[in-house]
Amino acid sequence: MKARVLFVTHLLFWTLVLILGLPSAWSADFDYHLRPQAIAPDTWVLEGRTEDFSVDNGGNIVNTAFIVTPAGVVVIDSGPSLRYGQQLLAAIGRITPLPVVKVLITHHHPDHFLGNQAFPAATLAALPETIRDLTREGKAFTENMYRLTGDWMKGTEMVVPGQALTPGILEVGNHRLELLALAGHTDADLAVFDQTTGVLFGGDLVFHQRAPTTPHARISAWLSSLDHLATRPYRVIVPGHGPVATDDAPLRQTRAYLVWLNRTMGEGAAAGLDMTEMLTRPLPPDFRALAVQPVEYRRSVAHLYPAAEQAALEPAGDRR
Amino acid sequence: MGWTILRHLGVWLLIAWPAWVLAADPLDSPSWEDLRKRYFAGQAVVFDEAVKVVAPVTAEDPLNVPIGVDASRLEDVREVQVLADLNPIVEILSFEPGTADPRLGFRIKLQQSSPVRAAARTGDGVWHVGGTWVNTTGGGCTLPSTGSASPDWQRRLNEVSGRIWHNVEAAPGQRVRIRIVHPMDTGLAAGNPAFYIQDLRIADDAGHTLMQIQGHEPVSENPLFTLDLPAGLANLARVKVTGRDNNGNRIDAWVTP
Repeated sequence: MKARVLFVTHLLFWTLVLILGLPSAWSADFDYHLRPQAIAPDTWVLEGRTEDFSVDNGGNIVNTAFIVTPAGVVVIDSGPSLRYGQQLLAAIGRITPLPVVKVLITHHHPDHFLGNQAFPAATLAALPETIRDLTREGKAFTENMYRLTGDWMKGTEMVVPGQALTPGILEVGNHRLELLALAGHTDADLAVFDQTTGVLFGGDLVFHQRAPTTPHARISAWLSSLDHLATRPYRVIVPGHGPVATDDAPLRQTRAYLVWLNRTMGEGAAAGLDMTEMLTRPLPPDFRALAVQPVEYRRSVAHLYPAAEQAALEPAGDRR
Repeated sequence: MGWTILRHLGVWLLIAWPAWVLAADPLDSPSWEDLRKRYFAGQAVVFDEAVKVVAPVTAEDPLNVPIGVDASRLEDVREVQVLADLNPIVEILSFEPGTADPRLGFRIKLQQSSPVRAAARTGDGVWHVGGTWVNTTGGGCTLPSTGSASPDWQRRLNEVSGRIWHNVEAAPGQRVRIRIVHPMDTGLAAGNPAFYIQDLRIADDAGHTLMQIQGHEPVSENPLFTLDLPAGLANLARVKVTGRDNNGNRIDAWVTP
Protein backbone atom coordinates (compact mmCIF):
# COMPACT_ATOMS: atom_id res chain seq x y z
CA MET A 1 0.00 0.00 0.00
CA LYS A 2 2.72 2.35 1.08
CA ALA A 3 4.74 1.43 -2.00
CA ARG A 4 1.77 2.13 -4.19
CA VAL A 5 1.19 5.58 -2.73
CA LEU A 6 4.88 6.24 -3.24
CA PHE A 7 4.61 5.07 -6.84
CA VAL A 8 1.65 7.33 -7.58
CA THR A 9 3.39 10.28 -5.94
CA HIS A 10 6.45 9.63 -8.08
CA LEU A 11 4.33 9.34 -11.18
CA LEU A 12 2.61 12.65 -10.45
CA PHE A 13 5.88 14.31 -9.66
CA TRP A 14 7.62 13.21 -12.83
CA THR A 15 4.61 14.01 -14.99
CA LEU A 16 4.70 17.53 -13.59
CA VAL A 17 8.44 17.75 -14.17
CA LEU A 18 7.90 16.66 -17.77
CA ILE A 19 5.13 19.16 -18.40
CA LEU A 20 6.67 22.14 -16.62
CA GLY A 21 10.32 21.43 -17.10
CA LEU A 22 10.50 20.87 -20.84
CA PRO A 23 12.98 23.25 -22.33
CA SER A 24 11.09 25.75 -24.46
CA ALA A 25 12.79 24.43 -27.57
CA TRP A 26 11.15 21.02 -27.27
CA SER A 27 7.66 22.30 -27.07
CA ALA A 28 8.31 25.16 -29.49
CA ASP A 29 7.94 24.84 -33.22
CA PHE A 30 11.52 26.00 -33.77
CA ASP A 31 10.28 29.40 -34.85
CA TYR A 32 12.92 32.12 -34.61
CA HIS A 33 10.15 34.74 -34.85
CA LEU A 34 12.17 36.70 -37.36
CA ARG A 35 10.81 40.21 -37.78
CA PRO A 36 12.60 42.32 -40.37
CA GLN A 37 12.90 45.93 -39.30
CA ALA A 38 13.21 48.60 -41.97
CA ILE A 39 16.32 50.66 -41.27
CA ALA A 40 16.66 52.55 -44.57
CA PRO A 41 14.96 52.59 -47.99
CA ASP A 42 14.77 48.99 -49.37
CA THR A 43 16.80 47.77 -46.38
CA TRP A 44 15.78 45.40 -43.59
CA VAL A 45 17.68 43.98 -40.64
CA LEU A 46 16.86 40.91 -38.53
CA GLU A 47 18.40 41.60 -35.18
CA GLY A 48 19.50 38.61 -33.12
CA ARG A 49 19.76 38.44 -29.37
CA THR A 50 22.94 39.64 -27.70
CA GLU A 51 23.59 36.24 -26.13
CA ASP A 52 25.82 33.25 -26.47
CA PHE A 53 24.63 30.21 -28.49
CA SER A 54 22.07 28.19 -26.57
CA VAL A 55 19.26 25.66 -26.97
CA ASP A 56 16.99 28.51 -25.92
CA ASN A 57 17.93 30.93 -28.72
CA GLY A 58 18.69 28.30 -31.36
CA GLY A 59 21.74 30.28 -32.45
CA ASN A 60 19.79 33.43 -33.29
CA ILE A 61 22.40 35.74 -31.81
CA VAL A 62 23.41 37.33 -35.09
CA ASN A 63 22.19 40.18 -37.30
CA THR A 64 21.29 39.33 -40.86
CA ALA A 65 20.01 41.80 -43.44
CA PHE A 66 18.59 42.12 -46.92
CA ILE A 67 18.28 44.82 -49.56
CA VAL A 68 15.37 44.74 -52.00
CA THR A 69 16.31 46.03 -55.47
CA PRO A 70 14.31 45.90 -58.71
CA ALA A 71 16.82 43.28 -59.91
CA GLY A 72 16.22 41.03 -56.91
CA VAL A 73 17.15 40.70 -53.25
CA VAL A 74 20.65 40.85 -51.80
CA VAL A 75 21.01 38.97 -48.49
CA ILE A 76 23.86 39.67 -46.08
CA ASP A 77 24.62 36.56 -44.01
CA SER A 78 22.31 33.54 -43.90
CA GLY A 79 22.14 32.83 -40.14
CA PRO A 80 22.96 29.92 -37.82
CA SER A 81 20.92 27.01 -39.24
CA LEU A 82 18.88 25.61 -42.12
CA ARG A 83 15.69 26.54 -40.24
CA TYR A 84 16.93 30.11 -39.87
CA GLY A 85 17.73 30.30 -43.57
CA GLN A 86 14.26 29.01 -44.46
CA GLN A 87 12.58 31.42 -42.08
CA LEU A 88 14.70 34.30 -43.39
CA LEU A 89 13.64 33.42 -46.92
CA ALA A 90 9.99 33.31 -45.81
CA ALA A 91 10.36 36.70 -44.09
CA ILE A 92 11.78 38.17 -47.30
CA GLY A 93 8.85 36.64 -49.21
CA ARG A 94 6.41 38.49 -46.97
CA ILE A 95 7.99 41.78 -48.05
CA THR A 96 8.73 41.24 -51.73
CA PRO A 97 7.90 38.68 -54.42
CA LEU A 98 11.33 39.26 -56.00
CA PRO A 99 13.84 36.41 -55.88
CA VAL A 100 17.08 36.38 -53.89
CA VAL A 101 19.87 36.99 -56.39
CA LYS A 102 22.87 37.25 -54.07
CA VAL A 103 23.78 36.01 -50.57
CA LEU A 104 26.93 37.70 -49.29
CA ILE A 105 28.62 35.78 -46.48
CA THR A 106 30.69 38.18 -44.37
CA HIS A 107 33.05 35.62 -42.79
CA HIS A 108 33.46 31.95 -41.90
CA HIS A 109 31.79 31.81 -38.47
CA PRO A 110 28.86 29.40 -38.15
CA ASP A 111 26.15 31.88 -37.13
CA HIS A 112 26.73 33.73 -40.40
CA PHE A 113 26.69 30.93 -43.00
CA LEU A 114 24.73 27.90 -41.80
CA GLY A 115 21.51 29.17 -43.36
CA ASN A 116 23.12 28.84 -46.83
CA GLN A 117 21.27 25.61 -47.60
CA ALA A 118 17.97 27.48 -47.83
CA PHE A 119 19.18 29.62 -50.77
CA PRO A 120 19.96 28.68 -54.38
CA ALA A 121 23.61 27.58 -54.50
CA ALA A 122 24.37 29.97 -57.37
CA THR A 123 23.53 32.99 -55.20
CA LEU A 124 26.08 32.20 -52.44
CA ALA A 125 29.18 34.39 -52.46
CA ALA A 126 32.09 35.17 -50.13
CA LEU A 127 35.68 36.40 -50.17
CA PRO A 128 38.18 33.76 -51.45
CA GLU A 129 39.85 33.39 -48.02
CA THR A 130 36.43 32.89 -46.43
CA ILE A 131 35.72 30.11 -48.92
CA ARG A 132 39.11 28.57 -48.09
CA ASP A 133 38.55 28.74 -44.32
CA LEU A 134 35.00 27.43 -44.61
CA THR A 135 36.27 24.43 -46.55
CA ARG A 136 38.87 23.86 -43.85
CA GLU A 137 36.92 24.53 -40.64
CA GLY A 138 33.25 24.71 -41.56
CA LYS A 139 32.48 21.08 -40.76
CA ALA A 140 33.86 21.31 -37.22
CA PHE A 141 31.88 24.55 -36.66
CA THR A 142 28.73 22.84 -37.87
CA GLU A 143 29.18 19.91 -35.49
CA ASN A 144 29.81 22.32 -32.64
CA MET A 145 26.55 24.15 -33.39
CA TYR A 146 24.65 20.87 -33.10
CA ARG A 147 26.18 20.48 -29.66
CA LEU A 148 25.36 24.05 -28.60
CA THR A 149 21.84 24.51 -29.97
CA GLY A 150 20.52 20.95 -30.42
CA ASP A 151 17.45 20.28 -32.57
CA TRP A 152 17.33 23.80 -33.97
CA MET A 153 20.07 22.53 -36.25
CA LYS A 154 18.08 19.58 -37.60
CA GLY A 155 18.97 18.94 -41.24
CA THR A 156 21.62 21.66 -41.34
CA GLU A 157 24.64 20.93 -43.50
CA MET A 158 27.42 23.26 -44.48
CA VAL A 159 27.26 24.71 -48.00
CA VAL A 160 30.43 26.46 -49.14
CA PRO A 161 29.70 29.47 -51.39
CA GLY A 162 30.85 28.84 -54.96
CA GLN A 163 31.28 32.46 -55.93
CA ALA A 164 34.48 34.27 -54.92
CA LEU A 165 33.93 38.00 -54.43
CA THR A 166 36.36 40.65 -55.57
CA PRO A 167 36.49 43.88 -53.60
CA GLY A 168 34.98 46.94 -55.27
CA ILE A 169 31.59 47.97 -56.58
CA LEU A 170 28.82 45.43 -57.02
CA GLU A 171 25.78 46.91 -58.75
CA VAL A 172 22.50 45.18 -58.13
CA GLY A 173 19.44 46.91 -59.55
CA ASN A 174 19.56 50.52 -58.43
CA HIS A 175 21.96 49.86 -55.52
CA ARG A 176 25.70 50.45 -55.68
CA LEU A 177 27.27 48.17 -53.08
CA GLU A 178 30.91 48.67 -52.19
CA LEU A 179 32.47 45.38 -51.08
CA LEU A 180 35.28 45.97 -48.61
CA ALA A 181 37.73 43.08 -48.16
CA LEU A 182 39.02 43.57 -44.64
CA ALA A 183 40.41 41.34 -41.87
CA GLY A 184 41.06 41.13 -38.16
CA HIS A 185 37.99 39.45 -36.71
CA THR A 186 38.98 36.55 -38.96
CA ASP A 187 41.47 36.28 -41.82
CA ALA A 188 38.84 37.64 -44.20
CA ASP A 189 36.02 39.94 -43.17
CA LEU A 190 33.64 41.34 -45.75
CA ALA A 191 31.98 44.66 -45.02
CA VAL A 192 29.38 46.10 -47.37
CA PHE A 193 28.75 49.81 -47.85
CA ASP A 194 25.56 50.59 -49.74
CA GLN A 195 26.42 53.88 -51.44
CA THR A 196 22.82 54.29 -52.51
CA THR A 197 21.36 54.35 -49.01
CA GLY A 198 24.40 55.08 -46.85
CA VAL A 199 24.03 51.84 -44.86
CA LEU A 200 27.26 50.23 -43.69
CA PHE A 201 27.06 46.51 -42.94
CA GLY A 202 30.08 45.90 -40.73
CA GLY A 203 29.82 42.14 -40.26
CA ASP A 204 31.65 41.00 -37.14
CA LEU A 205 34.23 43.73 -37.44
CA VAL A 206 31.59 45.73 -35.58
CA PHE A 207 29.97 44.78 -32.27
CA HIS A 208 27.53 46.96 -30.36
CA GLN A 209 26.60 46.62 -26.67
CA ARG A 210 27.94 43.08 -26.87
CA ALA A 211 31.50 41.94 -26.19
CA PRO A 212 33.47 41.18 -29.37
CA THR A 213 34.54 37.57 -29.95
CA THR A 214 38.12 36.72 -30.82
CA PRO A 215 38.65 33.04 -31.73
CA HIS A 216 40.39 33.97 -34.99
CA ALA A 217 41.24 37.58 -34.20
CA ARG A 218 44.34 39.57 -35.11
CA ILE A 219 43.78 42.75 -33.22
CA SER A 220 46.14 45.07 -35.09
CA ALA A 221 44.51 44.13 -38.41
CA TRP A 222 41.09 44.52 -36.83
CA LEU A 223 41.89 48.06 -35.65
CA SER A 224 43.06 49.02 -39.15
CA SER A 225 39.80 47.65 -40.53
CA LEU A 226 37.83 49.80 -38.08
CA ASP A 227 39.81 52.83 -39.29
CA HIS A 228 38.88 51.91 -42.83
CA LEU A 229 35.18 51.56 -42.02
CA ALA A 230 35.18 54.94 -40.29
CA THR A 231 36.19 56.61 -43.58
CA ARG A 232 32.88 55.64 -45.22
CA PRO A 233 30.16 58.34 -45.06
CA TYR A 234 27.54 56.04 -43.56
CA ARG A 235 24.17 57.15 -42.17
CA VAL A 236 23.28 53.83 -40.57
CA ILE A 237 25.63 51.15 -39.30
CA VAL A 238 24.64 47.50 -38.91
CA PRO A 239 26.91 45.58 -36.53
CA GLY A 240 27.32 41.80 -36.77
CA HIS A 241 25.95 41.57 -33.23
CA GLY A 242 23.97 44.15 -31.27
CA PRO A 243 21.60 46.99 -32.15
CA VAL A 244 21.72 49.01 -35.36
CA ALA A 245 22.98 52.58 -34.86
CA THR A 246 23.02 55.91 -36.66
CA ASP A 247 26.15 57.23 -34.96
CA ASP A 248 29.70 55.95 -34.49
CA ALA A 249 29.01 54.27 -31.14
CA PRO A 250 29.46 50.71 -32.48
CA LEU A 251 32.83 51.55 -34.06
CA ARG A 252 33.98 53.44 -30.97
CA GLN A 253 32.91 50.68 -28.59
CA THR A 254 34.52 47.92 -30.62
CA ARG A 255 37.74 49.89 -30.92
CA ALA A 256 37.88 50.80 -27.22
CA TYR A 257 37.31 47.20 -26.17
CA LEU A 258 39.93 45.77 -28.53
CA VAL A 259 42.51 48.35 -27.51
CA TRP A 260 41.85 47.60 -23.84
CA LEU A 261 41.93 43.83 -24.44
CA ASN A 262 45.22 44.00 -26.30
CA ARG A 263 46.81 46.23 -23.68
CA THR A 264 45.53 44.02 -20.86
CA MET A 265 47.09 40.92 -22.43
CA GLY A 266 50.41 42.69 -22.92
CA GLU A 267 50.48 44.15 -19.42
CA GLY A 268 49.51 40.84 -17.83
CA ALA A 269 52.25 38.98 -19.66
CA ALA A 270 54.82 41.65 -18.83
CA ALA A 271 53.78 41.46 -15.18
CA GLY A 272 54.33 37.70 -15.17
CA LEU A 273 50.71 36.66 -14.60
CA ASP A 274 49.71 33.07 -15.20
CA MET A 275 46.73 32.43 -17.49
CA THR A 276 44.57 31.33 -14.55
CA GLU A 277 45.26 34.69 -12.91
CA MET A 278 44.38 36.55 -16.11
CA LEU A 279 41.03 34.72 -16.21
CA THR A 280 39.93 36.04 -12.84
CA ARG A 281 40.89 39.69 -13.39
CA PRO A 282 37.99 42.10 -12.89
CA LEU A 283 36.81 44.03 -15.96
CA PRO A 284 36.48 47.82 -16.08
CA PRO A 285 32.81 48.84 -15.57
CA ASP A 286 32.30 49.94 -19.21
CA PHE A 287 33.33 46.57 -20.57
CA ARG A 288 31.71 44.55 -17.80
CA ALA A 289 28.37 46.09 -18.85
CA LEU A 290 28.57 44.60 -22.36
CA ALA A 291 26.43 41.54 -23.08
CA VAL A 292 28.07 38.10 -22.69
CA GLN A 293 30.67 39.32 -20.20
CA PRO A 294 32.82 38.17 -18.53
CA VAL A 295 32.47 35.04 -20.67
CA GLU A 296 33.88 36.64 -23.82
CA TYR A 297 36.78 38.21 -21.93
CA ARG A 298 37.75 34.79 -20.57
CA ARG A 299 37.54 33.26 -24.02
CA SER A 300 39.70 36.01 -25.35
CA VAL A 301 42.32 35.25 -22.70
CA ALA A 302 42.48 31.70 -24.09
CA HIS A 303 42.78 33.04 -27.65
CA LEU A 304 45.18 35.93 -27.16
CA TYR A 305 47.22 35.44 -23.99
CA PRO A 306 49.59 32.71 -25.27
CA ALA A 307 51.01 35.04 -27.93
CA ALA A 308 51.39 37.86 -25.39
CA GLU A 309 53.19 35.49 -23.03
CA GLN A 310 55.53 34.32 -25.72
CA ALA A 311 56.39 37.90 -26.61
CA ALA A 312 57.11 38.65 -22.96
CA LEU A 313 59.25 35.56 -22.38
CA GLU A 314 61.26 35.10 -25.53
CA PRO A 315 63.67 38.06 -25.57
CA ALA A 316 65.06 37.22 -22.15
CA GLY A 317 65.69 33.51 -22.71
CA ASP A 318 69.12 32.09 -23.33
CA ARG A 319 68.53 29.92 -26.37
CA ARG A 320 70.26 26.68 -27.06
CA MET B 1 41.42 -16.51 19.61
CA GLY B 2 41.12 -12.93 20.89
CA TRP B 3 44.34 -12.05 19.07
CA THR B 4 43.06 -13.40 15.80
CA ILE B 5 39.95 -11.27 16.05
CA LEU B 6 41.99 -8.20 16.90
CA ARG B 7 44.35 -8.88 14.03
CA HIS B 8 41.46 -9.32 11.63
CA LEU B 9 39.94 -6.13 12.94
CA GLY B 10 43.25 -4.33 12.49
CA VAL B 11 43.68 -5.52 8.92
CA TRP B 12 40.10 -4.67 8.20
CA LEU B 13 40.55 -1.17 9.57
CA LEU B 14 43.74 -0.71 7.57
CA ILE B 15 41.96 -1.66 4.37
CA ALA B 16 38.69 0.06 5.10
CA TRP B 17 39.91 3.26 6.68
CA PRO B 18 40.86 5.19 3.59
CA ALA B 19 37.73 4.04 1.78
CA TRP B 20 35.66 5.14 4.72
CA VAL B 21 37.27 8.55 4.87
CA LEU B 22 36.77 8.92 1.12
CA ALA B 23 33.21 7.71 1.10
CA ALA B 24 32.09 10.90 -0.61
CA ASP B 25 34.25 12.16 -3.45
CA PRO B 26 33.45 15.89 -3.49
CA LEU B 27 33.76 15.84 -7.29
CA ASP B 28 31.47 12.80 -7.58
CA SER B 29 33.61 11.20 -10.27
CA PRO B 30 32.81 7.73 -11.62
CA SER B 31 36.44 6.70 -11.68
CA TRP B 32 37.84 8.10 -8.46
CA GLU B 33 37.78 4.70 -6.68
CA ASP B 34 39.84 3.15 -9.49
CA LEU B 35 42.26 6.05 -9.41
CA ARG B 36 42.65 5.80 -5.66
CA LYS B 37 43.48 2.11 -5.93
CA ARG B 38 45.87 2.62 -8.80
CA TYR B 39 47.83 5.60 -7.50
CA PHE B 40 47.40 5.59 -3.73
CA ALA B 41 46.90 1.91 -2.82
CA GLY B 42 47.46 1.28 0.86
CA GLN B 43 48.21 4.93 1.56
CA ALA B 44 46.33 7.46 3.60
CA VAL B 45 44.29 9.78 1.41
CA VAL B 46 42.12 12.69 2.56
CA PHE B 47 40.10 15.24 0.64
CA ASP B 48 41.45 18.57 1.70
CA GLU B 49 40.29 22.01 0.63
CA ALA B 50 43.74 23.33 1.45
CA VAL B 51 44.81 21.92 -1.92
CA LYS B 52 43.46 24.17 -4.65
CA VAL B 53 43.14 23.47 -8.33
CA VAL B 54 42.23 26.61 -10.26
CA ALA B 55 40.88 26.14 -13.78
CA PRO B 56 38.17 27.65 -15.94
CA VAL B 57 34.77 25.99 -15.46
CA THR B 58 34.58 25.70 -19.23
CA ALA B 59 37.78 25.42 -21.21
CA GLU B 60 37.74 27.40 -24.42
CA ASP B 61 40.58 25.42 -25.98
CA PRO B 62 40.83 21.70 -25.08
CA LEU B 63 44.46 21.73 -26.22
CA ASN B 64 45.39 24.47 -23.76
CA VAL B 65 43.44 24.28 -20.53
CA PRO B 66 45.10 26.51 -17.96
CA ILE B 67 45.56 24.87 -14.56
CA GLY B 68 46.89 26.36 -11.35
CA VAL B 69 47.76 23.97 -8.52
CA ASP B 70 48.34 25.41 -5.08
CA ALA B 71 49.21 23.29 -2.04
CA SER B 72 50.99 26.10 -0.23
CA ARG B 73 48.46 26.19 2.60
CA LEU B 74 49.86 22.82 3.72
CA GLU B 75 53.10 22.44 5.64
CA ASP B 76 55.90 20.17 4.50
CA VAL B 77 54.67 19.21 1.02
CA ARG B 78 57.03 16.65 -0.50
CA GLU B 79 55.33 15.87 -3.78
CA VAL B 80 52.23 16.84 -5.75
CA GLN B 81 50.59 14.59 -8.35
CA VAL B 82 48.15 16.06 -10.85
CA LEU B 83 45.54 13.72 -12.38
CA ALA B 84 42.57 14.10 -14.72
CA ASP B 85 40.13 11.30 -13.90
CA LEU B 86 38.50 10.90 -17.28
CA ASN B 87 41.41 11.67 -19.58
CA PRO B 88 42.71 8.75 -21.67
CA ILE B 89 46.06 9.49 -20.04
CA VAL B 90 45.20 10.22 -16.42
CA GLU B 91 48.62 11.32 -15.17
CA ILE B 92 49.38 14.90 -16.15
CA LEU B 93 52.49 15.69 -14.18
CA SER B 94 53.95 15.55 -10.72
CA PHE B 95 56.30 17.95 -9.01
CA GLU B 96 58.55 18.05 -5.98
CA PRO B 97 59.05 21.53 -4.61
CA GLY B 98 62.54 22.47 -3.49
CA THR B 99 62.97 26.07 -2.43
CA ALA B 100 59.89 27.04 -4.49
CA ASP B 101 56.37 27.05 -3.07
CA PRO B 102 54.28 23.94 -3.72
CA ARG B 103 52.41 25.81 -6.44
CA LEU B 104 52.58 25.38 -10.19
CA GLY B 105 50.83 26.91 -13.19
CA PHE B 106 50.72 25.06 -16.52
CA ARG B 107 48.35 24.05 -19.34
CA ILE B 108 46.96 20.65 -20.27
CA LYS B 109 45.13 18.78 -23.01
CA LEU B 110 41.73 17.36 -22.15
CA GLN B 111 39.89 14.76 -24.20
CA GLN B 112 36.56 15.32 -22.44
CA SER B 113 35.11 17.08 -19.42
CA SER B 114 36.84 15.72 -16.34
CA PRO B 115 37.80 16.38 -12.76
CA VAL B 116 41.35 17.69 -12.48
CA ARG B 117 42.91 16.81 -9.14
CA ALA B 118 46.05 17.58 -7.26
CA ALA B 119 47.22 15.16 -4.57
CA ALA B 120 49.84 16.63 -2.25
CA ARG B 121 51.89 14.25 -0.11
CA THR B 122 53.02 15.76 3.16
CA GLY B 123 55.97 14.59 5.28
CA ASP B 124 53.72 12.27 7.31
CA GLY B 125 52.91 10.31 4.15
CA VAL B 126 49.30 11.47 3.87
CA TRP B 127 47.97 12.47 0.43
CA HIS B 128 45.81 15.60 0.53
CA VAL B 129 43.51 15.73 -2.49
CA GLY B 130 41.81 18.77 -3.95
CA GLY B 131 40.37 19.42 -7.37
CA THR B 132 37.77 20.86 -9.66
CA TRP B 133 35.67 19.90 -12.68
CA VAL B 134 36.64 21.29 -16.05
CA ASN B 135 34.11 21.21 -18.90
CA THR B 136 35.37 21.07 -22.44
CA THR B 137 34.20 20.22 -25.93
CA GLY B 138 37.08 17.76 -25.89
CA GLY B 139 39.33 16.12 -28.42
CA GLY B 140 42.48 17.62 -26.96
CA CYS B 141 44.39 14.35 -26.63
CA THR B 142 43.77 12.81 -30.03
CA LEU B 143 44.88 15.77 -32.11
CA PRO B 144 48.46 15.95 -33.36
CA SER B 145 50.50 18.87 -32.09
CA THR B 146 50.68 21.85 -34.41
CA GLY B 147 54.45 21.69 -34.00
CA SER B 148 54.69 18.20 -35.46
CA ALA B 149 53.29 19.59 -38.71
CA SER B 150 55.73 22.49 -38.86
CA PRO B 151 59.34 22.39 -40.06
CA ASP B 152 60.25 24.78 -37.27
CA TRP B 153 60.12 22.61 -34.18
CA GLN B 154 63.02 20.32 -34.99
CA ARG B 155 65.35 23.28 -35.13
CA ARG B 156 63.92 24.78 -31.96
CA LEU B 157 63.23 21.57 -30.00
CA ASN B 158 63.81 22.01 -26.27
CA GLU B 159 64.62 25.67 -26.69
CA VAL B 160 63.96 27.42 -23.39
CA SER B 161 62.72 30.95 -22.89
CA GLY B 162 61.76 32.45 -19.59
CA ARG B 163 61.89 35.29 -17.16
CA ILE B 164 62.29 35.97 -13.46
CA TRP B 165 60.17 38.56 -11.69
CA HIS B 166 61.46 39.81 -8.36
CA ASN B 167 58.10 41.44 -7.68
CA VAL B 168 54.82 40.18 -9.06
CA GLU B 169 51.38 41.31 -7.93
CA ALA B 170 49.99 37.79 -7.71
CA ALA B 171 52.63 36.29 -5.43
CA PRO B 172 54.40 37.43 -2.28
CA GLY B 173 57.90 36.51 -3.46
CA GLN B 174 59.67 35.95 -6.76
CA ARG B 175 58.17 34.31 -9.80
CA VAL B 176 59.80 32.26 -12.54
CA ARG B 177 58.08 31.47 -15.83
CA ILE B 178 59.61 29.00 -18.25
CA ARG B 179 58.48 28.03 -21.74
CA ILE B 180 60.02 25.11 -23.63
CA VAL B 181 59.54 24.41 -27.33
CA HIS B 182 58.28 20.84 -27.54
CA PRO B 183 55.44 19.17 -29.49
CA MET B 184 54.32 17.12 -26.45
CA ASP B 185 52.56 14.54 -28.63
CA THR B 186 50.32 12.17 -26.70
CA GLY B 187 50.76 9.19 -29.02
CA LEU B 188 46.96 9.02 -29.36
CA ALA B 189 46.85 10.82 -32.73
CA ALA B 190 47.40 8.44 -35.64
CA GLY B 191 50.97 8.57 -36.92
CA ASN B 192 52.32 10.63 -34.03
CA PRO B 193 54.15 8.57 -31.40
CA ALA B 194 54.21 9.78 -27.80
CA PHE B 195 56.89 12.46 -27.51
CA TYR B 196 56.98 14.53 -24.36
CA ILE B 197 59.17 16.10 -21.69
CA GLN B 198 59.68 13.65 -18.84
CA ASP B 199 62.12 15.31 -16.48
CA LEU B 200 62.68 18.93 -15.72
CA ARG B 201 64.77 20.44 -12.96
CA ILE B 202 64.79 24.12 -12.20
CA ALA B 203 67.65 25.24 -9.97
CA ASP B 204 69.24 28.46 -8.76
CA ASP B 205 72.76 29.66 -9.47
CA ALA B 206 74.14 27.75 -6.48
CA GLY B 207 72.59 24.50 -7.65
CA HIS B 208 69.70 24.36 -5.16
CA THR B 209 66.59 22.86 -6.72
CA LEU B 210 63.63 25.21 -6.95
CA MET B 211 61.43 22.49 -8.34
CA GLN B 212 61.62 19.10 -9.98
CA ILE B 213 58.87 18.27 -12.49
CA GLN B 214 57.97 14.89 -14.00
CA GLY B 215 55.89 15.47 -17.12
CA HIS B 216 53.42 13.24 -18.92
CA GLU B 217 51.71 13.36 -22.30
CA PRO B 218 48.72 15.59 -21.40
CA VAL B 219 50.87 18.65 -20.68
CA SER B 220 50.20 21.12 -23.51
CA GLU B 221 52.48 21.72 -26.47
CA ASN B 222 55.30 24.18 -25.79
CA PRO B 223 54.81 23.84 -22.01
CA LEU B 224 54.82 26.97 -19.93
CA PHE B 225 55.40 26.63 -16.19
CA THR B 226 54.81 29.30 -13.56
CA LEU B 227 56.72 28.86 -10.26
CA ASP B 228 56.61 31.02 -7.18
CA LEU B 229 59.24 31.43 -4.48
CA PRO B 230 58.34 32.30 -0.91
CA ALA B 231 58.96 35.90 0.17
CA GLY B 232 62.24 36.68 1.86
CA LEU B 233 64.64 34.68 -0.34
CA ALA B 234 67.57 36.46 -1.96
CA ASN B 235 66.89 37.70 -5.47
CA LEU B 236 67.62 35.07 -8.09
CA ALA B 237 70.39 36.14 -10.44
CA ARG B 238 69.50 33.45 -12.94
CA VAL B 239 67.90 30.02 -13.09
CA LYS B 240 69.19 26.80 -14.60
CA VAL B 241 66.76 24.59 -16.49
CA THR B 242 67.82 21.02 -17.22
CA GLY B 243 65.97 17.91 -18.26
CA ARG B 244 65.13 15.51 -21.06
CA ASP B 245 62.25 14.22 -23.10
CA ASN B 246 61.22 10.57 -23.52
CA ASN B 247 63.45 10.28 -26.60
CA GLY B 248 66.49 11.34 -24.60
CA ASN B 249 66.81 14.84 -26.10
CA ARG B 250 68.35 17.10 -23.48
CA ILE B 251 67.15 20.42 -22.15
CA ASP B 252 69.84 22.70 -20.82
CA ALA B 253 69.52 26.48 -20.53
CA TRP B 254 69.83 29.50 -18.28
CA VAL B 255 66.99 31.89 -17.67
CA THR B 256 67.74 35.45 -16.54
CA PRO B 257 65.43 38.12 -15.04
